[in-house]
Amino acid sequence: MPMRKVMKCNEAAAWAAKLAKPKVVAAFPITPSTLVPEKISEFIADGEMDAEFIKVESEHSAISACVGASAAGVRAFTATASQGLALMHEVLFIAAGMRLPIVIAIGNRSLSAPINIWNDWQDSISERDTGWMQFYAENNQEALDLILIAFKVAENERVLLPAMVGFDAFILTHTVEPVEIPDQEVVDEFLGEYVPKHAYLDPAKPITQGALGFPAHYMEVRYTVWEAMENARQVIEEVFDEFEKKFGRRYYMIEEYKTDDAEIILLTMGSLAGTLKDFVDKKREEGVKIGAAKMTVYRPFPIEEFRALAKKAKVLAILEKDISFGISGAVFADAGRVLVNEKEKPILLDFIIGLGGRDVTFENLEEVVEISKKALVGEKVEEVNWIGLRKEIL
Amino acid sequence: MAESPFKADIEKVQKEYGEKMTPGAIVYIPGSSVVNKTGGWRVFMPKFDKDKCIRCFMCYTLCPEPAIYLDEESYPVFDYEYCKGCGICANECPTKAIEMVRETK
Repeated sequence: MPMRKVMKCNEAAAWAAKLAKPKVVAAFPITPSTLVPEKISEFIADGEMDAEFIKVESEHSAISACVGASAAGVRAFTATASQGLALMHEVLFIAAGMRLPIVIAIGNRSLSAPINIWNDWQDSISERDTGWMQFYAENNQEALDLILIAFKVAENERVLLPAMVGFDAFILTHTVEPVEIPDQEVVDEFLGEYVPKHAYLDPAKPITQGALGFPAHYMEVRYTVWEAMENARQVIEEVFDEFEKKFGRRYYMIEEYKTDDAEIILLTMGSLAGTLKDFVDKKREEGVKIGAAKMTVYRPFPIEEFRALAKKAKVLAILEKDISFGISGAVFADAGRVLVNEKEKPILLDFIIGLGGRDVTFENLEEVVEISKKALVGEKVEEVNWIGLRKEIL
Repeated sequence: MAESPFKADIEKVQKEYGEKMTPGAIVYIPGSSVVNKTGGWRVFMPKFDKDKCIRCFMCYTLCPEPAIYLDEESYPVFDYEYCKGCGICANECPTKAIEMVRETK
């Protein structure tokens, strides 16, 4: 029987790692993710987990050790956040290009400057072009589940790409919630033992990995990463189905809430989705035709699901905790690509919100709805809006 | 000129592997980098004067490629398909039997 325990999201991530049985965990501590490797090293010390824990001197080394381990043919896991993920940056491309199915748990945190340890998604959003799949969890249970799902998708022969699973700093990482821990036998059935087909280090069958690629080959190698990411859409759906059959919890690339007759739809990722659902309930009572949507998978971008969602709305408001300076939030920019050639499309608005741990309140969301309502009746509004700014200190 | 000792490897790679992409661009045949002929990178090429050569093997030993082999009489033979023209052989040759000359193509 699955066991229910009250735990922080960081612990849930460590539990997911324990259940996935990686052979190597290499990690460097960083707020707010430190508890993940701490808990894992505790599992190992107590003999509950059989993995090599590599204590490294930086995040660059942590991910490099994971690349080495994965290239040698074993399941590898790490956890980090913010500056730590940024320090991993160059190696993330290498892991994807070498098609190594590593999984990183990320306690989504802002980037310096100014130094700030609290939540937004700038760390993982800034890694969107590395070739890593990206999943975002709404709560502690989702973080545990999505890490298992991430391994399963990453290791699929049609994909073979690394994946990161993000969960909001402090809002989730340090918050206790009841979490159902699946049975080890069921997880074993779901994930299976990791036996790489395409590699890896075997003295009887020597190979070269990570070799130089001349202009005559580089584009083709990059294209195979593109293809793998395209394949991932289908594989993710299949794995979501299988996960539901095994564990009874259903995931969607984009999960919708009260969207069917909605004129305004608020789309977000991560823990903010929970706030939005409560807010939608409140506004529905007031008679506002409003719905919410949660994007669980950010890479590959759920293109078809996003188009289907967009068809339902007159105004599609994207609430995101990241900014790509000089253009807009990253999700909004992606959404533009997805809808640009659609004949019928809603008014698309971007709301930059909750950066660096700023609380997202119902008052903030009322402001989002007010701007969306203006757009709905044809008033001109800004496409990119910073919500909750303290204008008095600017 | 002596035949490249990698000839058999090259033929094996071309036959079994061809140019087809593998996941992660893994190279499955050891030694198959010899299909990438690096002689085209060269600007200066070593010109060898057999009369000055004392067969000390310095060039043969120090060539980083290696693109220098020995013939039956132990004189160096330069493999211009791989020689990148680095000039180490000319620099190290104690009798100045090797001269780097600009190559025109």
